[in-house]
Amino acid sequence: MNTSSNLIDALFIFVLACFIGFEVIRRVSPLLHTPLMSLTNALDAIAVVGAIVLVGEHKSTLSAVFGFIAVVAATSNIVGGFFITDRMLKMFKSSRPAAKPAADSVAK
Amino acid sequence: MTAEFAGGQVVIELLYLIASVLFIFSLKWMSSPTTARHGIWAGEIGMVLAICGTLLHHGIVDYKLIGIALVLGTIIGVPLGNVAMTAVPQRTALSHAFGALCVTLVGSAEFYLRSPGISRFMMAVLSLEVILGGLTVTGSLMAAGKLQEILPQRPLTYKGQNLVNFALLAGAVVIAITLVRNPGAQSLFPFMILIALAFGVLLIIPIGGADMPTVISLLNGYAGLSAAAMGFVLGSKLLIIAGALDGSSGLILSIIMSKAMNRSFTNVLFGAFGQVQTSHAAAEEAKPVRSATPEEAAAILSAANRVIVVPGYGMAVAQAQHKVRELYDALTKRGVDVRFAIHPVAGRMPGHMNVLLAEADIPYDRLIEMDEINGDFPQTDVALVIGANDVTNPAARSDATSPIYGMPILDVDKSHTVMVIKRSMNPGFAGIDNPLYYLDNTLMLFGDAKAFVGGIVRELGGGHS
Repeated sequence: MNTSSNLIDALFIFVLACFIGFEVIRRVSPLLHTPLMSLTNALDAIAVVGAIVLVGEHKSTLSAVFGFIAVVAATSNIVGGFFITDRMLKMFKSSRPAAKPAADSVAK
Repeated sequence: MTAEFAGGQVVIELLYLIASVLFIFSLKWMSSPTTARHGIWAGEIGMVLAICGTLLHHGIVDYKLIGIALVLGTIIGVPLGNVAMTAVPQRTALSHAFGALCVTLVGSAEFYLRSPGISRFMMAVLSLEVILGGLTVTGSLMAAGKLQEILPQRPLTYKGQNLVNFALLAGAVVIAITLVRNPGAQSLFPFMILIALAFGVLLIIPIGGADMPTVISLLNGYAGLSAAAMGFVLGSKLLIIAGALDGSSGLILSIIMSKAMNRSFTNVLFGAFGQVQTSHAAAEEAKPVRSATPEEAAAILSAANRVIVVPGYGMAVAQAQHKVRELYDALTKRGVDVRFAIHPVAGRMPGHMNVLLAEADIPYDRLIEMDEINGDFPQTDVALVIGANDVTNPAARSDATSPIYGMPILDVDKSHTVMVIKRSMNPGFAGIDNPLYYLDNTLMLFGDAKAFVGGIVRELGGGHS
């Protein structure tokens, strides 16, 4: 895991993911910037996988305790984040039944 | 590693790959309100796959503790997902703190498990992870406290503030470099964390309420970057991708917010966005203004063809959005074309105003962004400003001495009649005088936003009150 070629691979993934992120997020309608932030927050809580491994492997008391708190914090972000994003998006209604998306103002 | 384990590892990695793809689709579908809810499902499925994949991890021996933690997190998460829409900014800040807390704790645990056998590069990334994570934890808690008004919203500044902040950050960097050279120096590690935590507090102290949209976006970016750093440390591609997506989202929103407030990007990056201070507003003597009653306002509005409502955070504070919706209904019924002009920094976080208006059942295709609607003001009969101030201040266009000079504003002064609902002539939060109020085509409607709009609705014969 610590070899330098793996680190370079990881850097490649990071840089390419940043490009995808910029291109995708740039197209998000400003209308939805608040739900976007709560959604990315929930997705970011995928850090829970690292915490789960720490708790599960139980290599030391410290790592298990830190991992436990980390799992609780991240899980509350996942649950709360998806929940509130859904509540917000449910509220966005169009005045016309078959309205064209208001997002074309940002789509290039 | 046996062949059997290697096979299991492939399954886990494939699940992570599917989760990564679903995360990207999740954000892609956020491009329009019609597809956005698919995005949530994609995100949720990806999340479940990733967690299931992780539980397959062969090293895991203690499933009970994981289960307890997941249940506990769910119990905390549900009320956090159930807050009022006006409280979404502080909830978001709080969840940035939680996310960063997770990253910082995992990073710290990994340090103590691996030290001193950590490669230099890994130690550098791990330091970045916990410094960014640590400052995001306390910074986000401070931001949440200010937004919840537990902490004073007024910016707190003192002489040499930036110097103190940079000295602290430099201290953390020096410790990080020492650890990179000697990863066995375990006693230094807690100091690095403590400095990062202190830095987060000091970073947010000088920031006022009006700058919160930028701050929240920036903290979002920091949280994402620290998670990506954690991905490097753990060798988790999924985490690197999720962190990069979150980090770029936060960064893009910070750039949009800083442009909307006319601040340079470097200004934002270094967090040096103290409140603009002015004193000359108080020196302004009472100039004549024209005011109107709800009856007069209702008569002007019902005679109009095109009306643009300009809502600001003050509207949400006064809880007036539902009355505004009744006004929208009453005017639309009379054949008046009513639209809403949304400034990017209206509200306390990016896009906040749209959520508040959507909650009041105002159709989203009536909510128009600044750049798109600004050209329409000259053909507009009435611009109705409710709880917005600086974003309508024409001094931003004309007065080079104004502290907000250069900030993009909504050109409400170009419409035939401007009506401003305002409590009194006191200058707004930033203390900047608004020449809009003294224009010949401006009518001041003095009173509480909710009561005043309610009064107009009654005159128009609509509403339920």
